[in-house]
Amino acid sequence: MKRYFIPLGVFAVLLAFLAIGLRLKPRELPSPLVGKPAPAFKLPTLDAPSRSMSTQDLRGQVWVLNVWASWCVACREEHAVLVEMAKLKIVPIYGLNYKDQRADALGWLERFGNPYLASLFDAEGLVGIDYGVYGVPETFVIDKAGLIRRKFIGPVTAQMVRDEIVPLVARLNS
Amino acid sequence: MIPELGHFALILALAFALVQGVLPLIGAARGHGTLIALAKPAARAQFLFVVLAYAALTNAFVANDFSVLYVAQHSNTALPLVYRLTAVWGGHEGSILLWVLILAGWTFAVSLFSHQLDDRTVARILGVMGLISLGFIAFTLLTSNPFERLLPAAADGQDLTPLLQDPGMVIHPPMLYMGYVGFVVAFAFAIAALLSGRLDAAWARWSRPWTTVAWCFLTCGIALGSFWAYYELGWGGWWFWDPVENASLMPWLAGTALMHSLSVTEKRGGFKMWTALLAIITFSLSLLGTFIVRSGVLTSVHAFASDPARGVFILGFLALVIGGSLVLFAWRAPRVAAMSSGGGFDTVSRESMLLANNVLLIVACASVMLGTLYPLVIDALGMGKLSVGPPYFNAVFVPLMAPALFLMGVGPLTRWRKAAALDLALRLRWAAGVSLAAALLAPALLGHWTPMIGFGLLLAAWIASTAVLNLVTRLREHPSPAWSQRLKAQPGSYYGMLFAHLGVAVFIVGVTVVGGFAVEKDVRMSPGDTVAIDDYVFKLEGLDERRGPNYTAVRATLSVTEHGRAIGELRPERRIYTVSRSPLTETAIDRGFTRDLYVALGDAVGANAWGMRVYYKPFVGWIWAGCLLMALGGALAVLDRRYRATRRAASSSTALPTDVARARPAFALKPVR
Repeated sequence: MKRYFIPLGVFAVLLAFLAIGLRLKPRELPSPLVGKPAPAFKLPTLDAPSRSMSTQDLRGQVWVLNVWASWCVACREEHAVLVEMAKLKIVPIYGLNYKDQRADALGWLERFGNPYLASLFDAEGLVGIDYGVYGVPETFVIDKAGLIRRKFIGPVTAQMVRDEIVPLVARLNS
Repeated sequence: MIPELGHFALILALAFALVQGVLPLIGAARGHGTLIALAKPAARAQFLFVVLAYAALTNAFVANDFSVLYVAQHSNTALPLVYRLTAVWGGHEGSILLWVLILAGWTFAVSLFSHQLDDRTVARILGVMGLISLGFIAFTLLTSNPFERLLPAAADGQDLTPLLQDPGMVIHPPMLYMGYVGFVVAFAFAIAALLSGRLDAAWARWSRPWTTVAWCFLTCGIALGSFWAYYELGWGGWWFWDPVENASLMPWLAGTALMHSLSVTEKRGGFKMWTALLAIITFSLSLLGTFIVRSGVLTSVHAFASDPARGVFILGFLALVIGGSLVLFAWRAPRVAAMSSGGGFDTVSRESMLLANNVLLIVACASVMLGTLYPLVIDALGMGKLSVGPPYFNAVFVPLMAPALFLMGVGPLTRWRKAAALDLALRLRWAAGVSLAAALLAPALLGHWTPMIGFGLLLAAWIASTAVLNLVTRLREHPSPAWSQRLKAQPGSYYGMLFAHLGVAVFIVGVTVVGGFAVEKDVRMSPGDTVAIDDYVFKLEGLDERRGPNYTAVRATLSVTEHGRAIGELRPERRIYTVSRSPLTETAIDRGFTRDLYVALGDAVGANAWGMRVYYKPFVGWIWAGCLLMALGGALAVLDRRYRATRRAASSSTALPTDVARARPAFALKPVR
C-alpha cells in the first residue's frame, strides 16, 4: 500500500526546504539601489541647523550612511556596534536622522555616544524615500564614485562589521 | 526568589510530562495496569506545575520585578495593570509559556472528561499529549527561559510594544492559541486509535466535540486578529496574506475539513483513514505555524526576535512529531483499512459532497502553504528573493473556494448514500432563482454592478437561501402538528450547521461589498477644512494635545455630517509612547450596521496641516459578524443534547459546557471603541 507513504514523502520534502530556509536570511533583500549612484541630497546637519551638507561634499571617499532615529528601538541595539566601529577609524560614518525631533535626537546621541562624523536631519523623511528606506535602521556602504555598493536592512551586528563591512571598505579603498 | 520558584516549577512540570509521555504508552502497549493508571495523575500534576510557573511570571510583571530580563524587556512601571498582565505573552518567551499553559489546560480537560473511554485509550491519548508537552517545555527551558535574571536589575522596563497595548491584543493570542493547541486533542485521539488499531465510530464521536471547540476558538482568534489589524494598523485592510496570518489560516482550513470528515466517519463509518490523516495534518499545520512565527524563516509584520537555536529546536521537534505520526500512519493504515469497511456511496450523495468539500479545502490550504513558503523555496534553490502578495492568493484561493461554497448550499440538502439528482435540482430551483435575482439586483441598489460583486453576492445568497430551504423542508417533514414543537425537535448540531453556514454567507457579503464599494481618500487637512465621501462630509474642527498614562498624543476632532445632518464626532490620535518613543496611530471609527466611517491621522505635513486618511467602508462589520456566527454555530453543535445525554449518563463531568463557557467571553469582549 504505497499510497499511505505519500504524506510522509511530501512532509520530507517540506522539511528539507524548511531546514535550508533556516540558514537563509530573508531580510537580506537585494536593493535595486545597489550599484547605482547614491541619490543626491542637501540637508541641514543635526547639531547645526544652519550648516548643510550634500552628497557632493562626500565624493572621493568611501563612506557609510546609517539611517537612524531616536524612536527606533532596534537602533539602540545597533548603536553600541556603530560606536565600536567608529573607534576602528576605517571608514567615516554619516547618520541620516530619519523622521525625528532635533532635541530628542541630540539627547539620544549624548546618552548613547556619537559614532557619526555628522548626522543629517531628515525630519520629513523625504531623503529616506529616495533611499528606499522602509525600516529603520538601514545602512549603506558608498564608494568613492558615489555608487551604493551594499545595503543592510535591520541592525548591523559586530559580526557583520567584521566579516562584511571591514573587508568591503578595504577592497573599495584599494 | 519567586522567579526561581517559577523556573523550578517548570522543571518539575517537565519531569511530570516525561512520566506522562512515556510510562502510560508503555503500559497501554503491554497491558500493564499500574502504568496505565499513571496517566491521569501525571497529567494533572504537570498542569498544576505549569500553572505555578505561569503564575510566578505573572507575579513578576505585577510586582514590576525588573531583575527578570523578560519583564525588563516587555514592561514598564507606567504600563497599566491590565497590560502588565497581558504583557506576559507580549514577547517570545512568555508566549511560548502561554502555549505550554494552554496545552496543559487541554490535557487537564481531557483527564477530567474522558470517563466514557476505556483506561487504555485515555492512557494513550494523554501519553501522546505528554510527549508534545515534553517537547514544548524543554523548548522553553533550553532556548526561551522567561525567568532569566538581569543583574543588576534595570531601573525601569523598556515597555510593551505600543501595538500590543490594545484590548484586541489582550484576547487575540490566548484565543488563537486555544484553537491552535486545541487540535492536539484530535491529533492525540487519532494517534491513539492508530496505535490500538481501532478506528471506529466511537473514536470519531469523541474527537468531534473537541475538534469543534478548538475550531471555534481558532475562528474567533483569527477574526480578532483581523479586526485588530483593521482598526489598529490604520490601513483599513482586514487581511494581508501575511505569512503569520496564513499560518493561522492553514490549520483553520484543515480543521474545517476535519470537522466535516469526522461527521462522515461518525454517521456512516466512511473516510476513516482520511479523517485520521486530517487530524494529523491539522495539528501538524499548527506546529508548522509555530515554526514559521518563531524561527524567522519568513519576513512578517509579526517579527519576533529570531534566534537560530530556536528554529533548529522547533524544526527537530517538528520532524519527530509529524514524521513520527506519518510513519505510524503509513505503517498502521493498511492494516486498519483492511479491517474496517466504510459504507459505500453514490456519485450524488451527502458523502460525495463532503468528500468534494474536503478535497477543495485541502487544496485551498495547500495553495496557501505554497504561496507562503514559495519565497523560501525559491531562495533555498538559489533563484533569488521575492515575495508573494495578495494577487497570487486572490487569483488562486478565490476560485478554489467558490465551488466549495456552491457545494455548501447543496450538500446539507442531499441524502446520505444515494440521492436523486433530478429531485435535488428541482428542490433547489427556488433557491437558485432567489440567488440569481439577488446577484443581479443588489449591486445595482448599492451603486454599480461588476461581475465579481455579482458573483460574490450570488454565492452568499445561494448559501443563505439553501439554508432557509433546508430548514423549511426539515420542519415540513416533521410529524408534530405544532411549529414550535417542530423547531424544538431539531438537534443543536443541526442549528449549529445552519448558523455556521449562514455565517459564511454574511462573511462573503462583507468581503464582497467592502471590496467593491469602499472609498478611500488620502488628504491634507488644516483646521476648518472639509472632505466629502458620497453624502458624508468630514470637517476638521481642531487639534489638541493629550497625555495618557505612558504616552502623549495629538488628537484631531472631526465632525461628520450626512446630508447636512450631524451624525457624530471622530477623534483619531497620533500617539508617541514615552519609553520606546515609537509613534502609533489610533484610528477613530464610526461603526454602523451597513457601513464604517474610518479616519486615521497621519504625520504633520506643514505648520498647520496634517495628513489624514478617510475611508468609507460599507458592510465591513459583516466580515467579523460572519466569523462570530460561524463560531456560534460551532458552539451550538457542541451543546447538542446527545453530548449532554452521554454526559449525564457518565454522571459527573461538565466537559463541554465549561469549554464553551470559556469560549463565551470571545463574543462579549469584542473590543468596541
